[in-house]
Amino acid sequence: MNIHEYQAKELLRRYGVTTPRGHVAFTVDEAVAAAQTLGGPVWVVKAQIHAGGRGKGGGVKLARSIDEVRTHAQAILGMQLITHQTSAEGQKVRRLWVEEGADIRKELYLGMVVDRGTQRVCLMASSEGGMDIEEVAAHTPELIHKVFIDPRTGLSDADCDRVATAIGVPVASLEGARAAFRGLYNLFVECDASLAEINPLVLAGDGRVIALDGKLNFDDNALFRHPDIAALRDLDEEDPAEIEAMKHGLNYISLDGDIGCLVNGAGLAMATMDVIKLYGGSPANFLDVGGGATTEKVTEAFKIMLARPGLAAILVNIFGGIMKCDTIAEGVVAAAREVRLGVPLVVRMKGTNEDLGKKILADSGLPIIAANNMAEAGERVVAAARAGS
Amino acid sequence: MSILINRNSRVITQGITGKTGQYHTRTSRDYAEGRTCFVGGVNPNRAGQDFEGLPIFGTVREAKERTGANVSVIYVPPPFAAAAIDEAVDADLDLVICITEGIPVRDMINTRDRMRGKRTLLLGPNCPGVITPGELKIGIMPGHIHKQGPIGVVSRSGTLTYEAVGQLTELGLGQSTAVGIGGDPVNGLKHIDVMRMFNDDPATEAVIMIGEIGGSDEEEAARWVKDNMKKPVVGFIAGVTAPPGKRMGHAGAIISGGKGTAQEKLAIMESCGIKVTRNPAEMGKLLKSVL
Repeated sequence: MNIHEYQAKELLRRYGVTTPRGHVAFTVDEAVAAAQTLGGPVWVVKAQIHAGGRGKGGGVKLARSIDEVRTHAQAILGMQLITHQTSAEGQKVRRLWVEEGADIRKELYLGMVVDRGTQRVCLMASSEGGMDIEEVAAHTPELIHKVFIDPRTGLSDADCDRVATAIGVPVASLEGARAAFRGLYNLFVECDASLAEINPLVLAGDGRVIALDGKLNFDDNALFRHPDIAALRDLDEEDPAEIEAMKHGLNYISLDGDIGCLVNGAGLAMATMDVIKLYGGSPANFLDVGGGATTEKVTEAFKIMLARPGLAAILVNIFGGIMKCDTIAEGVVAAAREVRLGVPLVVRMKGTNEDLGKKILADSGLPIIAANNMAEAGERVVAAARAGS
Repeated sequence: MSILINRNSRVITQGITGKTGQYHTRTSRDYAEGRTCFVGGVNPNRAGQDFEGLPIFGTVREAKERTGANVSVIYVPPPFAAAAIDEAVDADLDLVICITEGIPVRDMINTRDRMRGKRTLLLGPNCPGVITPGELKIGIMPGHIHKQGPIGVVSRSGTLTYEAVGQLTELGLGQSTAVGIGGDPVNGLKHIDVMRMFNDDPATEAVIMIGEIGGSDEEEAARWVKDNMKKPVVGFIAGVTAPPGKRMGHAGAIISGGKGTAQEKLAIMESCGIKVTRNPAEMGKLLKSVL
């Protein structure tokens, strides 16, 4: 789960990381009031959306007067902000963060992820603040300094100072860098983050080390321990189809294509998307109904897929294990009756109670195209989608 | 022969009183020699009771002492599953198989750290388990699609493993052991570990390795195969069509920072002498072609 920059900064402050003072604003008047409370002479008005690259898209503006704060707030609030991480239509800006301007001497990068190889939290820092870390990793990997943190001992002063020095933090600011590194690590562990980034982390003219931005991503599987963080979820930033799917315990992700697919199991669901592509089609979604799908769940899954404009066909691919083919077949028949299926439906079923499942589909009288294996399924659904469109 | 488990394994179920634990303990006991191999269960609140004749113990240590168990399978709910692994490791079992999906990553980091220097092997979490056809099934896979034979199967996914096994069986190719290593980012045995075991197993003649986007497990295994493997290996990677930055169901299935793409994995596997297919319908056929 992602949260907004202003929420991340609030958490960072709680863990002892210095951030600029600021206020969140939902209206232009609130933005102006925030600027007045903060006092001048310089303010930054920042669009709050979950996607990165906001500055380049025109979502971050410097203001040198209260009037400018108002002008920028008017321009940014409600705009469709397009960045390299949003869809082509962009993301509507509904919240602003107004903060005091900082006296930037140097921009650094600080990030944390779980390293799968060492199975430890990895701190990454670089002198190249403000740039995408992927870019730095691709072109100048020697500028990225890492610490794989021992979960028993945590982050030592020596590690902090070594990395801070390597990225150009002067001796006078080492204490501040330690506070930032350690604060971020403590937050990462205690709040079950899965990714954390402060980019840029800046060295200010007065020697302070300040988090000028903050991006935090949390482990969904650990949110049960953090109701306060779960409450920060902003559903406006998420795909309505994915939210709807989540309510029904379905694992759904919207994609760009026009062939819906309903599969049990994540690996098989990905492989099914791949097969559609291999036969010249394009998947409209990833959908794993999981091991405990019921007729109701399958019906909801069909509704979500069919709600998508331009859908050309649906492929159901089930390998019955715990999940019995007849259960899925009953779900498919019930769903097709309830939602008035307007597109061709290809079904491939294998495994537990396969024959029973096939019989239920055949007896239903529904125009279902059967397939015996994944190759046939891919071929037939792509052909059906082409014939219909 | 086989790897990890065989008819001499003695298995206990941690979380034997829950619905999932009961169901899969039952189907595993009903498969091949499961009646002999499953010897008990653990639940601290139900010690002294039994599940369909299997004695329930309060702790793993006690279950081990009383039954001679050397393997445990875990169906404990996610908030408590890592502690269940810790308990099995502390009891010095040979192998712990954690089926539970949804364990917080932080818990697994701590559990894996505690396991350093211990001899217990961990399979999973978030995995279907392991089966040695005709001998023993420990996990949630459908037993009837498997067949005894010479092919080793290792995979990060559940149903996609069944798909591969189904194709092999249809072609008359049985399996020595089929291993699901699980879809989580921080886990126990990896492709490379299982590949080593298959290499040393006289009953395994060829291996199919199934991977998916995220991490670099498959790449590491491929490099090892290039230098060490004495048997043919074929592979498939799911997620060529997966968009970057999105978790595709499994917590570990995510392309991050442009790393862990299916294309990259396939290219490295090919360069290491592993025959790969981009068509999941042809995994079985591909394996047959290298025998």
